[in-house]
Amino acid sequence: MYAFEFSKPTSVAEAVTAFGRVDDGKYLAGGQTLLPTMKQRLAAPSDLIDLAGIRDLAGIRDEADGIVIGAMTTHADVAGSDAIRRVIPALADLADGIGDAQVRNRGTIGGSIANNDPAADYPAGLVGLDATIHTDRRTLAADDFFQGLFETALEDSELVTSVKVPVPDRAAYVKFPNPASRYALVGVFVAQSGAGVRVAVTGCGANGVFRIPEMETALQASFTPDAVDGIKVDAGGLNGDIHGSPDYRAHLVTVLAKRAVAAAR
Amino acid sequence: MTSEGIGASVRRKEDKRFIVGRGQYTDDINRFGQVYACFLRSSHAHAAIKAISTDVAEGMPGVLAVLTSSDVAADGLGGNPCGFAPDGKQNAPPRPLLAGERVRFVGDLVALAIAETPEQAKDAVEAIEIDYEPLEACVDPAKARSADAPLLHDEAPSNTCVEWQIGDKEATDEAFARAHHVTRLDIVNNRKSPNAIEPRASLAEYNPADESYTLYTTSQNPHITRLLLAAFILGVPESKVRVVSPDVGGGFGSKIPQYPEEALITWASRRVGRPVKWAAERSESFLSDAHGRDHLTVAELALDANGKFLGLRVDTTANLGAYLSTFGALSATYLYATLLSGQYVIPAIHAKVTGVFTNTAPIDAERGAGRPEATYVVERLVEAAAREVGIDRIELRRRNFIAPDAFPYQTPVALAYDSGDYEPILADGLKRADYDGFATRRAEAESRGKLRGIGLSTYIEACGLAPSNIAGMIGAGVGLYESAEVRFDPTGTVAVYTGSQTQGQGHETTFSQLVADRLGVPIDKVDIIHGDTGRVQWGHGTYGSRSLAVGGSAIVRCCEKAIEKGKKVAAHLMEAAESDIEFADGSFTVVGTDKSKSFGEIVMAAMVPHNFPLESMEPGLDQRTFYDPANFTYPAGCHVCEVEIDPDTGIVEIVNFVAVDDFGTLINPMIVEGQVHGGIVHGVGQSLLEHAQYDEAGQLITGSLMDYAMPRADTVPSFEVGYKVTPCPHNPLGAKGCGEAGAIAAPAAVINAVIDAIGAEIQMPATPERVWRTLQSRQTARAAE
Repeated sequence: MYAFEFSKPTSVAEAVTAFGRVDDGKYLAGGQTLLPTMKQRLAAPSDLIDLAGIRDLAGIRDEADGIVIGAMTTHADVAGSDAIRRVIPALADLADGIGDAQVRNRGTIGGSIANNDPAADYPAGLVGLDATIHTDRRTLAADDFFQGLFETALEDSELVTSVKVPVPDRAAYVKFPNPASRYALVGVFVAQSGAGVRVAVTGCGANGVFRIPEMETALQASFTPDAVDGIKVDAGGLNGDIHGSPDYRAHLVTVLAKRAVAAAR
Repeated sequence: MTSEGIGASVRRKEDKRFIVGRGQYTDDINRFGQVYACFLRSSHAHAAIKAISTDVAEGMPGVLAVLTSSDVAADGLGGNPCGFAPDGKQNAPPRPLLAGERVRFVGDLVALAIAETPEQAKDAVEAIEIDYEPLEACVDPAKARSADAPLLHDEAPSNTCVEWQIGDKEATDEAFARAHHVTRLDIVNNRKSPNAIEPRASLAEYNPADESYTLYTTSQNPHITRLLLAAFILGVPESKVRVVSPDVGGGFGSKIPQYPEEALITWASRRVGRPVKWAAERSESFLSDAHGRDHLTVAELALDANGKFLGLRVDTTANLGAYLSTFGALSATYLYATLLSGQYVIPAIHAKVTGVFTNTAPIDAERGAGRPEATYVVERLVEAAAREVGIDRIELRRRNFIAPDAFPYQTPVALAYDSGDYEPILADGLKRADYDGFATRRAEAESRGKLRGIGLSTYIEACGLAPSNIAGMIGAGVGLYESAEVRFDPTGTVAVYTGSQTQGQGHETTFSQLVADRLGVPIDKVDIIHGDTGRVQWGHGTYGSRSLAVGGSAIVRCCEKAIEKGKKVAAHLMEAAESDIEFADGSFTVVGTDKSKSFGEIVMAAMVPHNFPLESMEPGLDQRTFYDPANFTYPAGCHVCEVEIDPDTGIVEIVNFVAVDDFGTLINPMIVEGQVHGGIVHGVGQSLLEHAQYDEAGQLITGSLMDYAMPRADTVPSFEVGYKVTPCPHNPLGAKGCGEAGAIAAPAAVINAVIDAIGAEIQMPATPERVWRTLQSRQTARAAE
């Protein structure tokens, strides 16, 4: 780890101001990606702006048109939230399957989506659930927020403050974990609501999370595993590594989509 | 059996300090004035070093020294030695402590910086400038000997270290010529990273007053480290080096070798006049800990018309990495091919092993070391042959087992098995695994769309390394006996000094139980001292499942000597003839009388000799022993694995795993069970998950736990473990050793089960994609028929 300056603001405004003042700052949320990267000297921010002191950023609220999850809410809190488990059990299950207990106790939803690791689980969940992402300055649809490998629509100092998740009629997330890292080799989130069906895939897209319109149309007509059985994604747009070739991952997308449809509740 | 003696599942004495966080690992030790080292490792798999510039690094804050190969040369240090040559013959290029002209694998050491803080040392390393001229790399052992492969060492033409063979080639060829059937398999034994939870670490301190060194280091064999370090590298008397190996967090073989880092740290402590510490980061461990396995094998088994084995032919290419590690090709030659007879009568065996150099990390012993590779070859062949000739695999094994009345049994590959009775072990394994009920379970799984398979591994291993005369005969540079010393305090507490060294195996408990059993002293009055060349007289350390069979035997012999002397003392005190003194249950008794003295009273009399026959006996009761085993020990067993495979994803789930082992006498069954569990998990890891892989340019692509898949608790089921005890006939405990059995037996059992489920051969690790692809190509082949 290289030396860096550290500050711990107590409000969002203070944090954003602090960020604007420094040379090469990074917001520190749960630190589950950033800190290991810094320890390996692969990242060398001049300043860390710790968000742990901003009270308003954490917490879960059950609102009329959905669940609002503060950016600093940990995966363990999402997984353990009665409110979420009651209306969107798929999201609680997703959070419960992230990393290990230590990661879930430190890692946050805001940190995860701002990092947009192409193998992270939340991008599939939020795109699948058609969530909106609130920042210090605007509101973005999840579809527009995630923009590529580790790329988001966030501007330089822009800070995620919360995520609003509409309640679906039914949903499920099925993940095939990478046997080493347990990130998603492929993860498929399927959700059905009044607005239609969404199928969002993480782990394998060459550009990060993506939807499968053909599956969505088929499921709109018939929300059954058989409806997606014959629909294959093009392996050409998928990543491959020692744990899974693009071909294999393309195959898994269909397998997991069927399982997610069968598991949706 | 007493409540603490042999056979009691006593809770581990050492666990208290680990559980309360007071273990003392190398990195927990700090010395006054300590500074830190950081190593510069090659980022190239193969490159010429054109120039090294340390000027900037040397001027950085806190930097005490930046050392390169020219400093090593100026101080006249030796290279990192190899202590084994098969039959004394091999091409053994030198391994420099720091690469000067050429680097040969990613992670090869080029320089080190010493600074006041670890971060400053790291900064200095980043400021060292190296001008590399990249060379073509070869990481594939199959290609290493080809004419167009880049040559790693001038001393090793065709990148060949050793071409070695064992057995009777002519007789084997003749057996194959008259075979009714030949089963042939291409077998890959995948390269593994050892991944002990505690990365390697060293802390060295030089004392200019007497020109001596103290090295704290993560070693499985501190005395061997001292020998190699003093005599071969530093060129100082052994008595000037003290090596301390405190608590060690796992080794699995990877902490046997002498590594350049610990030698450089020791040397650097003299150069800078301060204690120097280095603790590897996990990424350094992946790059530089000795890897395991990495064999390519063509294996053939010849059978007659009745399914009797006629001959076995094995041709193995063993990757040795870029340099010879401390035990070089030992695991790939003698520890491997001598086990190719398995539990079977195979009249003719011939094995050829070619050890090659590649631009990869050096390979050395890893849990089982050669014996897992041999078991895997034999047990894969046996089940493949059974399928091919249409004889049930259990029946085929039974037809070929060495009969219980055939022991001692001389195999065609050097070893003479001293004892064994394989049929009851097999029968127990099958019963515990409910082998007869498998067809029903398979049908039930099929109804859920799952594929079930069951596989066996009836293995044998040669443990208790090793008779010194044999070690010398095959090319080892050391003997392999073990030492023990037993010291008594006046109040009856006992200190046992052993040359075995624990990395978590529970020696402090098991060895205390031996003393409790022999001397009748409660185990909390017994201290086990190990891992310190300044306290223990001599030792060969822990590996090859040798600590109990060899180290424990030494302790028992030592206790027996103490009892013999105690009898003399007791005879004097009770005014009886020495021949009339009996020792049992901690008391010396005059036969046929009620006259008796406790062990404690005898110790007191010997240590406070107010009434003592000083004219005929020295005071004291302390004893020392050197125990050299008469033979290897031969643990054997039957492991049965049942898997269920999801054909849509290729995921293999182990649904049942049974291990029935014959380890001879069990001292602490709870500890033994832990060793069996750990060993099986090790083997399961190799079969399903673990594979250290380099890309063509020689970059390690499994260089972190994000990429290198290790088994976890949810990878394995709860194991069913059973024992058959046939005591080892040649050591005083009847113990055979248990530390490696699981790693030796499990891979064949797991893969045989996978093959049984999918109906096709497959290589390790049977990853989901590999299983899925095998199923796909089988489907395609069927469709084409």
